[in-house]
Amino acid sequence: MSTSVQAAPATAAAASGAALAVRTEGLTKRFRTGQVAVADLDLAVPAGAVYGFLGPNGSGKTTTIRMLLGLVAPTAGTVHLLGHPVPGERSAVLPRVGALVEGPAFHPYLTGEENLRRADAADRTVDPRTSRARIAAALDRVGLAAAAGKRYRVYSLGMRQRLGLAMALLRPRDLLVLDEPTNGLDPQGTREVRTLVREVAAEGTTVMVSTHLLAEVEQLATHVGVMSAGRMVAQGTLAEVTSATTTRVEVDCRQPRVAADVLTAAGLDGVAVAADGVRADLGPADPEAVLAALVAAGAGVRQFALHRSTLEELFVALTGEGFDVRA
Amino acid sequence: MSAPETAAAPAAAPAAAPRGPLALRDARFLASELRLVMTRRRNLVMLAVLALATIAIGVAIEVTSPDPGEISPGEGPPFLASITENGLFLAFTALVASLPVFLPLAVSVVSGEAIAGEASTGTLRYLLVTPVDRTRLLAVKLVATAFYGLVAAMVVVITGVVVGALLFPVGDITLLSGTTVSYGEGLLRLLGVALYVTAMLTTVAALGLLVSTFTEVPVAAMSATAITVVLVEILQAVPQLSAIHPWLFTTAWLDFGDLLRDPVVLDGVVRGLALQAGWIAVLLALAWARLTSKDVTS
Repeated sequence: MSTSVQAAPATAAAASGAALAVRTEGLTKRFRTGQVAVADLDLAVPAGAVYGFLGPNGSGKTTTIRMLLGLVAPTAGTVHLLGHPVPGERSAVLPRVGALVEGPAFHPYLTGEENLRRADAADRTVDPRTSRARIAAALDRVGLAAAAGKRYRVYSLGMRQRLGLAMALLRPRDLLVLDEPTNGLDPQGTREVRTLVREVAAEGTTVMVSTHLLAEVEQLATHVGVMSAGRMVAQGTLAEVTSATTTRVEVDCRQPRVAADVLTAAGLDGVAVAADGVRADLGPADPEAVLAALVAAGAGVRQFALHRSTLEELFVALTGEGFDVRA
Repeated sequence: MSAPETAAAPAAAPAAAPRGPLALRDARFLASELRLVMTRRRNLVMLAVLALATIAIGVAIEVTSPDPGEISPGEGPPFLASITENGLFLAFTALVASLPVFLPLAVSVVSGEAIAGEASTGTLRYLLVTPVDRTRLLAVKLVATAFYGLVAAMVVVITGVVVGALLFPVGDITLLSGTTVSYGEGLLRLLGVALYVTAMLTTVAALGLLVSTFTEVPVAAMSATAITVVLVEILQAVPQLSAIHPWLFTTAWLDFGDLLRDPVVLDGVVRGLALQAGWIAVLLALAWARLTSKDVTS
């Protein structure tokens, strides 16, 4: 299934390579310990997309993001950000990329504003004269204007996360790479981040966001990529990836055995009989015809429902149910 | 997608700004780094300790010194006997006293913090994705740490001059060669000594930077640097190892006495500076090789 889903962006990439904001080919990272964190990864984030980067803890998302930003050198494969090879041309392209990598990090004894001033001073490609205004605007945008003068050490986790976002938004960016931006935020904060990402995306910025909140991705993302054990197991538009999931038929009826026979005769797979009904995979069958056949056979249908898998079910199906961290 | 294309235009314009190590935009990062180093409370406390140690030396000598006239020349450690004759010598004595331990320790703390501190707070990864070129980061950190060394040496010198003027007679100064020069020229020579000491401390700064690229624990980098300096000083003190003594970076640390002769003998000073330059080049090259090749996973 993963191959059929991946086929679409791959051909799109071949059609126009420049249309991809992030492109990796055969990206692999083997650490000195021998552990393969990322294996043969072909990432394709179209320009203008909001790309949900999914995967369980330890699946290689953060290592991938570190390689995208030139922090970690790949063992094999190539990375292109906005058409530039990384790390080769990182000094040319990284000013156009805002990033939040594995949580915010600032000097604890400086205030939020001082920390942003330092971050801005380190960027040799910005105009120092606009520094003050841009810092104020970024703080305002993430709702930290009132806490700008407080030391970072007294910030709550949510405030720290906001300051990290403010740093990523210190200047207009063509690409935002956000690793777990909603980590530690309360529901209001999560909503605000969602709104922020929508605003930024509406301005034409490509957003690549890794998160565990699959409901967020369903609301926000135009494209998704799912990683598991260092590999990409599904990638494409949200519709492409979720259409790969099966639709379940749920029938509540008086005669489950009769209904099961009808469903099997109609060519449905995975028929399961319970005390008060039947479940089956719809497959390519026409649900209205199936319902008509059930009624005609006198199964005593009380309720007939179609249940499409959520992204979460797809995610678990793709990456496994297990609680254990990958060794 | 036309929006990213239009957004790219303003980003391209400043990229054409002047480049190179002395470009104005780099000065902004250096200024930020200097502010960080010079406003850090711990770094200020170390400067205060250096000042207090200098004051303590002055007071101790004032309290224990016999009346003028009873001193027989040549008694006591170098300079010490001269302090009661001229307060300016307190500054020299304080430098000699703090150079083996206090000054290198202070520079070890600041330089050990340089890369490892950024790694431990996680700010290193954000500096690198800003992006700050790794070579540029190393250069800025070295300059900032060397500047701290200069400030530390100047704190000792200025405290020494002020306390010396308060506790002891001030006037024309008799140099080690026996000639007498004006107080003003004495101050000038003192400044030369402070700059020489700063050059010696820059080697410690480069050493600290190198160690700092190997760990994410700043305290480990600080103590490893300080211990290395002490270790080299111990090697320096073992006569059986005289064969390697000329190459140890602590060899020429106290050669600034030559600046206190008339005429000034520059041979030892030049040799000392050349040796430090060699050490700094080697240590920085290693630090550069390490920093530019390492995976930043902190």
